[in-house]
Amino acid sequence: MTTSTLPTYDDVIARYEPVIGLETHVELGTRTKMFCGCSTVFGAEPNTQVCPVCLGLPGSLPVANKAAIEATIRIGLALNCSIAEWCRFARKNYFYPDMPKNYQISQYDEPLCVDGYLDVVVDGQEYRIGIERVHLEEDTGKSLHVGGATGRIHGATHSLVDFNRAGIPLVEIVTKPVPGLGAKAPEVAKAYVTELRNVIRGLGVSDVRMEQGSMRCDVNTSLMPRGGTEWGTRTETKNVNSLRSVERAVRSEMLRQASVLDTGGRIIQETRHFHEDTGVSTSGRSKEEATDYRYFPEPDLAPLAPDPAWVEELRATLPEPPSVRRRRLQDAWGLTDHDMDSIANAGAVELIEATIEAGASSETARKWWLGVLARRANETGVELDALPVTPAQVAALQALVDAGRINDKLARQVLEGVLAGEGDPETVVAARGLEVVSDTGALGAAVDEAIAANPDVAQKIRDGKVAAAGALVGAVMKTTKGQADAKTVRELILERLT
Amino acid sequence: MSAELIRLTAADTAAKIAAGEVTAVEVAHAHLDRIAAVDERVHSFLQVDADGALAAAEAVDTARASGEKLGPLAGVPLALKDVVVTKGLETTSGSKILKGWIPPYDATITTKMRDAGIVILGKTNMDEFAMGSSTENSAYGATHNPWDLDRTPGGSSGGSSAAVAAFEAPLSIGTDTGGSIRQPAAVTGIVGHKPTYGAVSRRGLIAFSSSLDQAGPFGRTVLDAALLHEVIAGHDPGDSTSLNVPVSQVVAAAREGAQGDLGGLTVGVVRELGGEGYEPGVEAAARETYARLEQMGAKVVEVSCPNFTYALAAYYLIAPSECSSNLARFDSVRYGLRVGDDGVNSLEDVMSLTREAGFGAEVKRRIMIGTYALSSGYYDAYYGQAQKVRTLISRDFAAAFETCDVLVSPATPTVAFRLGERVDDPMAMYAADLCTLPASLAGLPAISVPAGLSEGLPVGLQIMAPALADDRCYRVAAAVEASFGHPLIDDAPELHR
Repeated sequence: MTTSTLPTYDDVIARYEPVIGLETHVELGTRTKMFCGCSTVFGAEPNTQVCPVCLGLPGSLPVANKAAIEATIRIGLALNCSIAEWCRFARKNYFYPDMPKNYQISQYDEPLCVDGYLDVVVDGQEYRIGIERVHLEEDTGKSLHVGGATGRIHGATHSLVDFNRAGIPLVEIVTKPVPGLGAKAPEVAKAYVTELRNVIRGLGVSDVRMEQGSMRCDVNTSLMPRGGTEWGTRTETKNVNSLRSVERAVRSEMLRQASVLDTGGRIIQETRHFHEDTGVSTSGRSKEEATDYRYFPEPDLAPLAPDPAWVEELRATLPEPPSVRRRRLQDAWGLTDHDMDSIANAGAVELIEATIEAGASSETARKWWLGVLARRANETGVELDALPVTPAQVAALQALVDAGRINDKLARQVLEGVLAGEGDPETVVAARGLEVVSDTGALGAAVDEAIAANPDVAQKIRDGKVAAAGALVGAVMKTTKGQADAKTVRELILERLT
Repeated sequence: MSAELIRLTAADTAAKIAAGEVTAVEVAHAHLDRIAAVDERVHSFLQVDADGALAAAEAVDTARASGEKLGPLAGVPLALKDVVVTKGLETTSGSKILKGWIPPYDATITTKMRDAGIVILGKTNMDEFAMGSSTENSAYGATHNPWDLDRTPGGSSGGSSAAVAAFEAPLSIGTDTGGSIRQPAAVTGIVGHKPTYGAVSRRGLIAFSSSLDQAGPFGRTVLDAALLHEVIAGHDPGDSTSLNVPVSQVVAAAREGAQGDLGGLTVGVVRELGGEGYEPGVEAAARETYARLEQMGAKVVEVSCPNFTYALAAYYLIAPSECSSNLARFDSVRYGLRVGDDGVNSLEDVMSLTREAGFGAEVKRRIMIGTYALSSGYYDAYYGQAQKVRTLISRDFAAAFETCDVLVSPATPTVAFRLGERVDDPMAMYAADLCTLPASLAGLPAISVPAGLSEGLPVGLQIMAPALADDRCYRVAAAVEASFGHPLIDDAPELHR
């Protein structure tokens, strides 16, 4: 397939109806692993957070982590699911070198939470995304392929395995298939993952960082010809590592499938790998001959039977749902639906809220996060909250502007300094000498110089054309490298010439 | 002195050590000497840990010297089945694939025994991964029955049963998945008990079939087995299937049973565990033992458990299914054997070559059967159906226990068979577990106690009880033992050849 055969997006929408589905894995932030007491801290030396259980040594047995079960139930409740009164873990059997037991303890036909939903808003329109199931499982280790050019298994001379991640509790949240989204499918997909992230972050059960892999998303996409009755064959796109890529992955897969169908081709049921850099996916494992995981109930673990009273206790601990909270904040901040949607879709609600708490106005907080910072995040391909700047720093920056100590233009330079790791706004201002000069004594000389250098302009002002003062202000700003306070300069000029 | 020490019961040995009549080190030496003298012929042990045993014995003697109160089995030697992991001591589960593997941790029962001052002499031979009924499936050669060295000591815990029957150790640990304690105990003329599923921790048992595996004691007397039972039993938070209940008071039950009074007890003889496939000599010995029970005041009735007929079929689906998953971890990546890692073969090739070379024929057969039974499209017909049979068997037991306190049967259909006789006939080999499978599938306690001889070879009586009523097994077993006046093993011929 070549990209030159791709139809336009509008064309695809005119002829096909997309059906999407999302499977999201979330690493829980429990102190210990799912079935043993090993630490879950990210970034430790390889194979230092392991024991007989998470290494799958002979004779070792799993013991379920109650905190992980509690977190999963809370996620289920927050997603409006029913909590199973009785369910079991199951073994998913397949061979893979980073899987210590060559089976994963997961859940199969008896998940902990079933049948919920999550409402998301795109362009003022609310969409209800059905949740099929939420279940609990263990993560695998991580393979590192050495000796190849790409770090992928192809071309590698050998592989190393780090089992620190093996056994970290993983919650899988599976949506029902979502038809009827039309052109909005990619945006709704992104909005869903964003909202899911907000919900889980609000519960405090995971740091849900896509770039660190603590939240991972697989996107299922299929196309049905408009007027058709049967859904098309779906593909599963993996390696979708940012919110932005969720949208890109759905869109690119819709285009790819349309071009295959348009040329009389057949969609192969397969796993595809999304490439962040190019925005396209490549074919992975074919699922035509479905892998037989030989699921059976895990005999090493007792069934889970959460006491209904305990479930109700957990329900009482749920925070305000993000959608309710958003409405409350929208009212407080005096924003339109559209403005609030933009904030939510940018994943900026918490950031703006925290910036306001740190003293900024809602208007200025929104301006910084959705303006310069959103552009920066987009350019560097990271999430907004992963930028190296805190809401407190943004508020401090705005406070400097409000105090007249820097102007907007200087503020941007200060922000650059903060993002470059030079410290808080105050520190950057001092280090870079960016403070506005409003000292009339210091500015007087520059003003006199500008008048002397521009006798024609000076004369016009003397003749009453006050508007011509702008040219002299500009000249002063130039000699002071923008650090002069424009208002003061203007006053000094008029003082001398009128 | 040595010759006398090895013939003592565990209870008497501990008492003599506690009384200062003999040291634990002397006892250990006596058994190590015996092993050196006979194990070349019996082959109970895969590995003898003389240094570890003497150090443990010395610690007991030191503790005694410093006035510490010793536990009821302190200083008593024990032979440990190689399926139980031992920190710092090679553990192979009878398989080539684990050759050289040194566990970094102790099984919970290993820790409990060490803490009790029990002296672990070494690791005993077994059918590979506990799959078999003769110990001939060991990757390290067969074990011989001390009653007749041309016969098998049963399996899979044949090394442990032979060690005790050959007076190499007064106690040993076996594991029982479908009969691997009771059947070897029966054919070597000793006592072996499979506890209620969940009564003894499985943490550190190399899993064969997780929903069935239980460790349990072997001894030459019922009391010895009971003393060991109380050491290893009890709740373990490290095993989710471990029961959080008080340990059954089996020592008291054994002492009570030894009084020989079974008045008020109703014993059910299971009709389905007899008849075709059972040796007449075995059935005759069993019948004579039922008469002894009646003489001691028990009411003996016949009960029918119709679904027991399906136990063998259900077991040979459930156990292989679980083992196909449990044994997947032996892949050469993290420990054990690695074959074909030449820089050319792919990872999958190395995994395949390792498993091809590392597993024996019976293990491969069961992995294949289990893989098939769990496959999509076959699951319901095989694994699912077998689980239903399991429920029906449990219901048969429940119905029988409405009128009976215990159920009895021969522990094996035949006496010890000859080495090599059944190795090429899996179905004949599987039939050795006919009597023991129902209690395994239902998770119930069951003991095998010597009940006379047939053609000069020992016959075992199986006594089954409701869940958690392990004490009933010991009580009735002790009564049977008492009715013979002395342990049957005393009639065993001295090792010949």
